[in-house]
Amino acid sequence: MSNVPDDRKYTDSHEWLRLEQDGTVTVGVTHYAQESLGDLVFVETPQVGRRLKAGEACAVVESVKAASDTYAPIAGEVVEANSRLAEEPERINSSPYEEGWIMRIQPDDASDIEHLLDPEDYEQLLAEAK
Amino acid sequence: MGYRTALYDKHSEAGARIVGFAGWDMPIQYASQIEEHRAVRRDAGLFDVSHMAIVELTGAEIKDCLRYLLANDVAKLKEQGKALYTCLLNERGGVLDDLIVYRLADGHYRGVLNAATRDKDLAWIRAQSKTFRAQVEYRDDLAMLAVQGPEARDKVLRVLPSDVAAGARTLAPFTGCERGGVFASRTGYTGEDGYEIMLPADHAPALWDALREQGVHPCGLGARDTLRIEAGMNLYGQDMNETVTPLECGLAWTVAWGPAERDFIGREALEAQRRAGVQHKLVGLVLEARGVIRAHQGVRAGELAGTVTSGSFAPTLGKSIGLARVPIDIGERCEVEIRDRFLPARVVKPPFVRRGRILV
Repeated sequence: MSNVPDDRKYTDSHEWLRLEQDGTVTVGVTHYAQESLGDLVFVETPQVGRRLKAGEACAVVESVKAASDTYAPIAGEVVEANSRLAEEPERINSSPYEEGWIMRIQPDDASDIEHLLDPEDYEQLLAEAK
Repeated sequence: MGYRTALYDKHSEAGARIVGFAGWDMPIQYASQIEEHRAVRRDAGLFDVSHMAIVELTGAEIKDCLRYLLANDVAKLKEQGKALYTCLLNERGGVLDDLIVYRLADGHYRGVLNAATRDKDLAWIRAQSKTFRAQVEYRDDLAMLAVQGPEARDKVLRVLPSDVAAGARTLAPFTGCERGGVFASRTGYTGEDGYEIMLPADHAPALWDALREQGVHPCGLGARDTLRIEAGMNLYGQDMNETVTPLECGLAWTVAWGPAERDFIGREALEAQRRAGVQHKLVGLVLEARGVIRAHQGVRAGELAGTVTSGSFAPTLGKSIGLARVPIDIGERCEVEIRDRFLPARVVKPPFVRRGRILV
């Protein structure tokens, strides 16, 4: 079973990003990222309305072991953050691609998404990391 | 590739994630670190601690030698098998290591040193013991397992050879017994009851399997760390080091001041510090906001400033806790600097958890 869904894009820092019908993008961390981090115990999501540059650290996911930054895959404005993660950070472990999403961004330029990794490229990156 | 313990293959079979630790390839976790932690608080967990350095300390003058080398006094070990927790100090009173010493027989003690400080410790002990008729031998032929938790003792007694089990069954806390090359002691690093077992390395895999069959949960170094923080136990290199004396890191109770005529390395420095007044102490912190306390974060309380030495999410409390070195007159509250924000915390006296119960 692939842990890299083919309906979205990826970064080499292990975020995923999915373009929604309303033109916003949903961002989270990948299965590989959550597995590497271990049991998540705290997630700090960005403020709604915050302007993000591509590659900017914008959320913190902390496991029992360590804190790790999550980076904005593209430039834009945060339009929603997953408030459930405050109470249930372990959602990222159990459902990294659905319930464990971190934020939604309104992209400055939707074509920026094209520059990110396709699922096959990301799988290739994971294969090389092993 | 680092050193491997006799249980390396067992860890791999159990799906461990292996990390480098003080030169050893050790399991950090198997599946969920939090589940491993809970297994120890509620049932029984199994740790491979074979990376720790077991040393035999023997010779006609070994007792006098250890009374000079160690800040705690091995003369307290009146009975065979009794254990002593102590610091090894330099002349400035700084902590070179913390260790447990067992008295195995007349003229025979066994010490358990930290893996990260092993070579430094052995060189120091050998150099300082030159004037005594004493020998130091590193036992790399032994493995060491820790089995910890409310069900640990029952489960261990079911699988130990019957002569060892007979001896181990009636052990008081902080004592051990040896039968046929297997040493079992009622000690640990988790705040729970249980045993630590030293045995020939080639017998360790069979004991590991037998304990797994009893349903003892394998636990990695990750859970070992969160358990010891909850138990308020120091970790060498983190909560103390060569620049810190036992009086500044919550270990004053391990310094044996009496008898006054006993000279031990570091005594003069500690006495001077005690006369001048100790300026810092190690306290517990309980974070009262969301977030995670981590080592090296700043602590402030008004004008007073300190540093977190250990911190983590504490699974038993469901919030973050830490240990911090702070000025001696800190009050009951402080703030911890986490990513440029100052979050409120309570200052408490460790331990946070003992025998499964939350104490703070």
